This record gives sequence, structure tokens and C-alpha cells, in this order.
Amino acid sequence: MRELELFFGPQHPGMVGNFSITLKVEGDRILEAIPNPGYLHRGFEKLMELRNWIQNFPFVCRINVIEPDSMEAVYAMAVESLANIEVPERAKYIRTIVLELARLASHLFGAWAYANMLGFDTPAQWAMADRDHILDLFEELTGARVYHIYILPGGVRRDLPDGFEEKVMHFLHALSQKLPDYNETFFENRIFYERAKDIGKIKKEEAIEWAATGQVLRATGVKYDIRKVEPYLVYDKVEFDIPTRSNGDAYSRILVIRDEMVESAKIIMQCIEKMPKGKVYERTPNPFKWKIAKGETYVRVESARGELGLYMVSNGGNTPYRAYFRTPSFNHGLFILPKLLKGANIADVGNIMISLYVVAPEIDR
Amino acid sequence: MRRIQNEKLKAQNSRRGSFLSPFKAIKFLFKKPRTFLFPFQQRDASKRYRGFHLNDWEKCTGCGNCADICPNQAITMVKIPEIEPKPGEKNERPQIDYGRCCFCGLCVDICPPGSLRLSRDYIHIDHATDSFVYLPKDEKTDKEHFFSEGEYSIFKANLSHRKENFEGFVSDLEYTLFEPQRVPMKEVPPEERKLSFIEQVLGYNREEAKKEAERCLECKLCEEACPAHLKISDYIKAIYEGKEEESLKKIFEDNPIPSICGRICMAHCEKACSVGRRGEPLAIRWLKRYTADSIKDYKKALEESPAPPTGKKVAVIGAGPSGLSVAYFLRLKGHSVVVFDSLGGGGGMMRIGPPLYRLPIEAIDKDVNYIASLGVEFRFNTTVGKDVMFEDILKKYDAVYLGIGTTISRSIRVKNSDRCILALKFLQENKIGKGMKVGKEIIVIGGGNVAMDVARTALRLQHMQYPAEGVVTKTVSLEDWDIMPAREDEIEDAKKEGIQFNPGWGPKEVVLDDKGNIKGLLCMKVKSVFDEKGRFAPTFYEDKEMFLEADMIIEAIGQAPDFSFIPEKLFTRLEFTERRKVKVDENGMTTIPKVFAGGDIVNINLDAVTAIADAKVAAEGIHKFLTQKS
Repeated sequence: MRELELFFGPQHPGMVGNFSITLKVEGDRILEAIPNPGYLHRGFEKLMELRNWIQNFPFVCRINVIEPDSMEAVYAMAVESLANIEVPERAKYIRTIVLELARLASHLFGAWAYANMLGFDTPAQWAMADRDHILDLFEELTGARVYHIYILPGGVRRDLPDGFEEKVMHFLHALSQKLPDYNETFFENRIFYERAKDIGKIKKEEAIEWAATGQVLRATGVKYDIRKVEPYLVYDKVEFDIPTRSNGDAYSRILVIRDEMVESAKIIMQCIEKMPKGKVYERTPNPFKWKIAKGETYVRVESARGELGLYMVSNGGNTPYRAYFRTPSFNHGLFILPKLLKGANIADVGNIMISLYVVAPEIDR
Repeated sequence: MRRIQNEKLKAQNSRRGSFLSPFKAIKFLFKKPRTFLFPFQQRDASKRYRGFHLNDWEKCTGCGNCADICPNQAITMVKIPEIEPKPGEKNERPQIDYGRCCFCGLCVDICPPGSLRLSRDYIHIDHATDSFVYLPKDEKTDKEHFFSEGEYSIFKANLSHRKENFEGFVSDLEYTLFEPQRVPMKEVPPEERKLSFIEQVLGYNREEAKKEAERCLECKLCEEACPAHLKISDYIKAIYEGKEEESLKKIFEDNPIPSICGRICMAHCEKACSVGRRGEPLAIRWLKRYTADSIKDYKKALEESPAPPTGKKVAVIGAGPSGLSVAYFLRLKGHSVVVFDSLGGGGGMMRIGPPLYRLPIEAIDKDVNYIASLGVEFRFNTTVGKDVMFEDILKKYDAVYLGIGTTISRSIRVKNSDRCILALKFLQENKIGKGMKVGKEIIVIGGGNVAMDVARTALRLQHMQYPAEGVVTKTVSLEDWDIMPAREDEIEDAKKEGIQFNPGWGPKEVVLDDKGNIKGLLCMKVKSVFDEKGRFAPTFYEDKEMFLEADMIIEAIGQAPDFSFIPEKLFTRLEFTERRKVKVDENGMTTIPKVFAGGDIVNINLDAVTAIADAKVAAEGIHKFLTQKS
């Protein structure tokens, strides 16, 4: 049979976004997959070097369109660690709530992407609708639906609006009531099970060797989560589990995602219960004059996709000297994906890629 | 929570479902849909929504901080010729390019007056591609483009078809990116300071100065407002960076008496400061004082030396702020300068006017000594017209500068007012003279800064001369609280020290007892202070009277200049403006050739920094005059 070169994406319904893969195929089988990133490269890390510490904070959220809050949080935490700023306790709780709501929104979006790609339109639309409710909550809290620009160095930009806690609780209850429907139509759907089982399988040792994080790693049975390993914000003050699966395939990954949503809801509820009153913003110095003493830092959080880190250097100036993001999708999309695609069917390209939970802007930045 | 945990358990124990189970989703067909029919059904954006901008043009000062903070350079400050800028403001307004704007709202959080806000509008329909470059206004300043609920139509939604009263993300002082609170200045408490002439304000230390300097947004509105246009944001920035020498250099470019000005300047800049629109303005005056005080030796820090000698000689009459400044600027240009003053030291009005608790003599001498060290010759205790004749000076020197100030206290001229003490005599006597015996009940007539100085000096003297006895100091002023000319902080300080105010009363008669001693002041209620044209022309209710007891009355209602040293023949050639000020041209020259003038005899502000501004103009003028002639 003749070897063909096949361009998959960026305009393809099974694609995760502005990303493409060049496939070398023989018949239905993939011989080699070459990821082809760069469609979304905006050079944020360089742009950050030209903007001051405050001007950067509306920037970073754009690195992950689907879950911008973890980007904002990691930037704020990096600046705080460089400048030794202590964030008010209430702000830490609000940040945790925002991050977990963002994780929920991201997972629902991920469920939509997966379901939609495999043709499960009904649960896909439900997931999108439920995500929209979270966006409504975000809009009320931060003033924007997608790019919240809310978590800034020193705390958060505004306190919770009146009645926000009740609305969040109401939403979480509504979502939990919806879970059986999701299970029946999607997560435990026989067709989906057959489609995702044993696809894109990674062994535990391989996952560790390939520096996989997030669901990709946890689906192989490794209980690794930054929120437990190196607790930040108030994650050491709330109880939650780290869901794992042992099979390492696409189906395990999506089940980990589902179980994480339940854990997120638990964290949000505990935060709302425990949240103290008080200030939410410790004013940072005048943005036009703020210089941070020489130093470097690496801050990491557990984003919806895995370990998200920010390495930032200050040279004593009013802009970062260097900023580098360690994004989970970079690793999953550019390194692990071609390995998993080798030998797979063309029909499973989207399946494998979306199960790795790759988001293209994180790769390109 | 329990329910969620149960669900989780179920999920974990789940097995593969049946092929038929997804069909249960059919039940959703009979439920109310979550979507709605846009645009016939709409939901409003949330209260904090970050949509299109709104800008209150009345409140906006044109400071440009929004343009500076914008991470995408979406904001340009555009000159609006129709706007007549208020003092200390610019007629520039922000223009937003919505092709660049990311709706982050940093511009809202940095806006000092809080005029820039974001609305909940976010729909813009237009056929022109450049229509999204937009000068935001709000319903207050642009009624025709903002519509009420009834008139608004979503089909016309546009940057210029907006809903009124539709504010979204607005500025909140608690979350602003600038610090609205000033670093508090340490002061001697009123109970303690009123017992002596100890300097009231203790000054910032390095940390405090740095912290205060950090608040500056560098919008430079203050520099426009300062009569002498000091490079305020530069010298404040230098303080922030810990470069006090650099800061002093920047100050000396426009003001050679920072130690004096840092204490008593009227601080027009602080009224213009954009941070002060909602918060407390930067303590610009105290920062200048910090720079001046932190440097022990000006000479070493400034490293300036006069230009090579030009051979020209300039006489400066009066060693007040304007005289000192002219001398400094001209000396740097290489001219030889002689300053005449009738007092025993430099400073002029600064030496006799501001009491020691505001301006100690050492602070004055620090500035004067530095100017003297550059080679300016001071002839103190020399009264022009008595010790040396004006005609002789005019003959001997290439140019003459009149910085004589206003040295004669005006009197109220009512019955027995000759028994009152005049403000300047009182202040001078108690600052650099032998001191004066004061009464137990003192009335100070006047509501200006001099009146405050007099009243507070009198109060201190009372406490020193009559310890542990009941003493009273009160002021009587024509002006009511709202138009009282004294600085607000002066009035506050005076109140705290226990001075009683009687605003809105005018003196009618100084009442004497049988022995001819002062018994008190008979006052009448003021009808109005100014006439329709805004000129000073007080009117009174003759029948509404009040009697205030006192054994000493001091008049502090203003001063006039003393031109008696100028010979009659020359004086007739000296022209005056409508407001009875000496008329000068753009070079500071009076109508008498080679005689220049500045300070209180020229300007109507009557303060030190305006005198410096005049001096700068005159120094340039004199230099031009001297160099052109040869």
C-alpha cells in the first residue's frame, strides 16, 4: 500500500483548536505523526518583558483560553513570591473558589469537546449549557465571561458580590443532580465506552518518563497532584481526594476528569463554609513605579490539565526580565501525542488528542 | 454535599451501561429550554460587566494615566479644542481603539478622578470599519447618544447608540491601583506646640519620603499648575529612586530656595494633583522639604558653578524669594549680582512673616547661604532710599531688579483703629525682634494666611506669658467659611490649637474704656464681600452688631508696597495695571528702562512660588537685556 501524507487540522472538526498534525499514513494506519504548532503563537512571554508588573496581568489569561484563571493565579503568585507580598486570607479563599469553578468549567468544556467530536451531541450541549452557568457566575463576580482578569498580584480585584455564595451552591446542587444524566448518556454510555476503551494507552512508567501530569498521569494510577504535593492557596485547609484510574487509556482519563468535577464541587463548598471576612486586596505599589528586587522564582499550580508552572526572573526592574510558562499541553500535545498516534487508526486521531485534553494556545503561547 | 458524595460512589462503582440508557435523555424534550430567542429576548449583562467605556468629561482631568496603564496601547489622549481646561487640568480626553482594547479595566482602576468607567453595553453594529475608534462620553455630557430603556433599540446598538444609566465596572477607591492615602506627616500635637514656637511639622524620614513619592502617577498636572513650573514628577521620582542629589538638582533648575518653599509654599500643585481628586493629594511640598533637608551641603550635591564673568553688574532690591531667585539665576549666567535688603539677613518677607513654628530662621539661611556661596553679594541692613540712593544704584548698575514685596500693613481705618497693632510689625517683632507683651484677650482682624500666622503667634505668646491662665485668641473676618482666603490646613491647625473664629463680621469701631485702654471691637454683620464684578467691595448690615471683648487688637487685612525710595520724577514713569500692580512686559521689565520687577508688586497671587516664577522670567529678561546691549 502507498504511503500518504495527510494534513490533519487546523480546520478539522476533530481538532482541539488552532493546531495541526501532519500524518504519514499507510491505508488506515498511522506510521508517523508530526505535530505542527504555531497557529496561535502570540509571543506572550516576550511581550511580558515589555510590560510592567500590573500591565501583564490582563495578558497571561490569554495563554489558556479555556481555563484562564489558573494562568492569572500562577502569575499573581509568581509576582507575590518575587516581591514577598502576603495575600489576605479571604482573597486566598476567593482565589480557590475561582480556580475550582474554572476547573469545573474547563472539564465541562472538555466533556463537550470529547462528546461533540465523537458525535454525542446531546450530552455535549448539556455540558456547554452547564459551563455557561459557570460563565454567568464568573460574569457576576469578575465582569467578564471568558477572560476574567480578576486574580491580580496582591489579591483579587473585587470582593464577592451579594448573594454570590448562594448562587454557587445552587449551581453545584443543580449540577450534581445532572450527573446521573451525564453518566447515562456519556460517561457510562456503552457506545462511548467501546469507542474510548484501550485507546491511547499509556503505561505508568511511560507516563512518568514522558513527564505527563494531570489526568494523563493520574489515569495510569499515579496519585500526583500539585494541590496535595505542594499545597498552595488554601488547598491544605480543605478535604478532597485525588481520583485515579489504573488503565491509562482514553476512557480512564475522561473518568478521572468526571471524578475531579465532584472533588472540585467539594472544595468550593468547603471554601464557602470556611471563608473568613475581611480584605481581599492588599494594594501593591504604584504600577508605574513598582520595581521588584532581583530574584527568580518558579511557581506551580495544578491547572485543569496538569502542572502549570511559571518561571519568572526579575532583574530589579519594573518589568519581568524573563517569564517562561511550563504548560501541561505543551508536553502532552507535542511529545506524548505523536507517540500515541503511531500505529493508531486515522479515525482515532481526534479521539486520542482530545482525551489528552490538549488546548492549543497553551502550546503556542 | 452528601448527595454529591453519593453520586461519586455511584460513579466509581459504575459498570458499562446498556446501549439503551442514553435514550432517557428524551425526557429533556419536555423541559423548559435554557436558551432564549435573541434578540427578541435579552438578558442584561451583570452589574460589574466590563463593556464599552463611559467617561464623564466634567470630571476627567486629562491626566492620561489611562493611556499610560493600557497594556495594549488602545488609549490615545486627544486634544479637544472646545474644552476650556480648568486650572490644573488638560483639555485632553481619552480615545479608545476597540480594535485593541481587551476590556481589562485597568484604565478604570487607575483613573484618579473616577471619571472613566465601563458600561454594560457591548454591542456595536456599524458598516464603517473605523467606527470603533471612539471618544467615550456619558449620558451627562453626551445626551443625544444615550437612550432611555424605551427609546433604546438593540437593532441600532452602536457605540453612539447606548443605554443610559447602564454603568458596569466602576472605580472603587478600595481597589484602585494608586494609593489614595497620604503617608501621614508627623506633627507636634496642638496642646504641646501651642506652648512654644517649636516647628510644627517634623518632616519625612527617608522611608516615609520614598513611600510618599511612590504614590506619584507622573501625570504632571501639578507642573502645569505650579506658577514656576517645577519639574515635580522628576524630583519626586528621584526621591523614590533614592537619589536625593538628583532630586535637588531638578528642584534647583526652577527654584533655588527649596528649604523655604518646602515649608511655606502655597502648594498650588497639590490642588491640581490628580490623586487628590478623590484621595489625598501627594505631599509635594513636604517631599521638596525632605529633599532640601536631607542634603546637608547643597554645594557638594549640586556641583554648579557660575559661568565665566560677563562684566555686567545687576542690583537686586529686596532679598525675598523673587530677589534671591533672580540673584541665583543671574549669578549662574556669570553676571555679578548685589542684593540690597533692609533686614539683617536674607529671606525678605519670609524672614519676618511666617512664624518660627512654620519656618525657622536656619531653614532660610540654608538657602540664602548657598546663593551667597555662588558669589552673590548681599548688603543687609541697607535700606534703599536711606542708606543708599536709588538714583545711584540706577547709575552704577547695568540692570536693577525690584523685588521689594509688600511691606506696609493696611489698616481697617475705623474709629480708634490707630490703637491696633499692625500684622507685619507684630510678626517681625516676635520673629526676629525683641518680642512683644501681649494681652490676655486678643482679636485678630483678617481671614488670610497672615491673619492665621498672627493669631497662632499671638496664642503661643499668650501661653508663654500667661502660663496656666485663661487666655483667648479670636479672629474676625469679613469672609465666611466658604470664601476664607487662608489655606484650609492652616485654618484646621488654628482651630485645633483653640483659636476662635468669627467669620462674616466686619469691624465697625474699636471701643475704648474710660482710661483710654482697648475694651473690645464692635462688629457688624457682612452682607456681601464682593460686588457683581467680583471686586472687593464689602457691604454690611448696619443694624446687626456684635461686641467682642479684647485688650489687644491686631490688624491683618493685607499689605501694600512701599515705593517711597523711588524719586518722584522716576515714579511718575512707573506704570501700574488696573489691579494696582506694577506693569511689566514679557521680559519682566517695567516702564522704566533697565528696571525689572517681580514678586508681590507684580503678581496677584502674593506668594513665594509665584515670586520665583516672576524672577525666572525677569532673570531671562535681564540676561537678554544685558547680552543684547553689548
